[in-house]
Amino acid sequence: MTFHPESLIISLEDRARELRLDSIEMIYRRQAGHPGGSLSAAEIVTALFFHEMRLDPERPDWPERDRFILSKGHASAVLYAALARRGFFPIAELREWGELACHLQGHPDRLKTSGVAMTSGILGHGIAIGAGLALAARLNQMRYRVYVLLGDGECQGGVVWEGAMTAAQYRLSDLVGIVDLNNVQLDGPVHDIMPLEPFADKWRAFGWAVLEVNGHDMRQVLDGFDAAREVHDRPTVILARTTKGKGVSFMENDAHWHGVPPNDAQYAQAMAELRGEA
Amino acid sequence: MGANVSMREGYGRALVAYGEINPDVVVLDADTSGSTLSSYFAQRFPERFFNVGIAEPALVDVAVGLALGGKIPFANAFAALMSLRAMEQIRTCVCYARANVKLAAGYAGVSDYKDGPTHHSITDIAVMRALPEMTVVVPADAAEAAAFVSLVAEYEGPIYFRLSRGAALPARDGPVELRIGEGLTLREGGDVTLVATGSMVGRSLAAADLLSGRGISARVLEIHTIKPLDVALILSAAEATGAIVTAEEHSVIGGLGGAVAEALCSAYLAPLERVGIDDRFTCTAPDSDTLMDAYGLAVEDIVAAAERSLARKRS
Repeated sequence: MTFHPESLIISLEDRARELRLDSIEMIYRRQAGHPGGSLSAAEIVTALFFHEMRLDPERPDWPERDRFILSKGHASAVLYAALARRGFFPIAELREWGELACHLQGHPDRLKTSGVAMTSGILGHGIAIGAGLALAARLNQMRYRVYVLLGDGECQGGVVWEGAMTAAQYRLSDLVGIVDLNNVQLDGPVHDIMPLEPFADKWRAFGWAVLEVNGHDMRQVLDGFDAAREVHDRPTVILARTTKGKGVSFMENDAHWHGVPPNDAQYAQAMAELRGEA
Repeated sequence: MGANVSMREGYGRALVAYGEINPDVVVLDADTSGSTLSSYFAQRFPERFFNVGIAEPALVDVAVGLALGGKIPFANAFAALMSLRAMEQIRTCVCYARANVKLAAGYAGVSDYKDGPTHHSITDIAVMRALPEMTVVVPADAAEAAAFVSLVAEYEGPIYFRLSRGAALPARDGPVELRIGEGLTLREGGDVTLVATGSMVGRSLAAADLLSGRGISARVLEIHTIKPLDVALILSAAEATGAIVTAEEHSVIGGLGGAVAEALCSAYLAPLERVGIDDRFTCTAPDSDTLMDAYGLAVEDIVAAAERSLARKRS
């Protein structure tokens, strides 16, 4: 396990705050998007794009690059912010999100947006597609790793588990799933709509190594990715406990903010809170 | 390849032969390899074969991942399940994401006569050809299924490759140069045009023989690529003969007949009679020929449709 200096942790935390600000601004400006699940995933996405993954924005199709699939594609705001801040396209283009001529679609589109490894938006596909990408890496004798970010509500769908079985069957240790366990879905709390617990046991029973972290503790998130690299005989899932709407007091843990944009006053308050001014 | 060779046999053998020369080809199946005969590939190239179990959605998604990783995946499953249970995967992850996946849909039409309507696939052409980015290829016999394997593999983009369990009447005696998107004129004729696909090609040639005995000169077109449709070939035949019949082992809704009707209505109106399965579910049968005959796909049904089309032309 690598020791991560405090300076790295602080700079990544600053970056996560920036992605939250970007996400809320984008969703407010467009008056569409999914704030809750973008805010809950900010540390995970930051850790991947600014530390964990091997990427080169100058060569977005570099064959050896690590792959990231946003299986919970509705959290596109935080992905687009990360891609722009990482240099895949100009930051100014974030403001054009949703315009007819803009490459940024409501949900990620691999053919239109540089750095998007796979189109998503319909839930459930990421693990099975990630398994295929990891199989291809093995056949091609390439060393890239595949990271798939899922929502917890998404794991109510069957194809997630079909893909999980395939990944375990072929011992795809270069495949890492991260579940953004914010416990809120569109219609309400996950444990009310369709409970997932005992969730870690389910993944273990499907043949995966399971790690559990606080998804808002940057050091724990980085340590989780390090620990996943030590697993060589099976895929790993990192269950990241998070808060939906994290960082904006009135959005936290409230299903209303799954897919609703803030109004003027709410936007001002949200930005002030995220900047630490409120 | 003899007339008694099944389409799946032709396909399965050809997939192995092509696998020998193209190491990027990988094959997946959903616990049906012993039926689709992707098992031949599995035996020859076990490291390039992946059985995902009875899970068609994962079959397609895993194939998508392999395609993104630069492989050429042939995903095998029963057509009814491929086209319906995995439909959303195909729409979103194959077509919309333009993944280079080859969907080898076995046991199409009513060729799985023994298992009955749950396993008959009579709506797959309709749903597949409605998808943007999709190409739909339907070979006519075992030799053609084999010949298409390399073309399908080397074509850039998603393909729905519709295969039959059994043997069909051979579409022709010798080899012919096949090109995806280009129909074939198998027989010249001036009175009526029979436009056929899949197992109905051989039957349409037999129908043309019967029509010839009645003094009717029938042109026979083979449309192996239902999308993109060879509109120019169909329109020129419509203009030359003035009467059209379509024939397919599929519902009369949305398949070849629908595609030809769309082409005609936008350019040249000729009477069109569609031979296909009426808008109803089928049943179990002792063999596929009996089943096809019982559901309106007999050679005599093509002959009768040709005569109806001709009568409308003359009226």
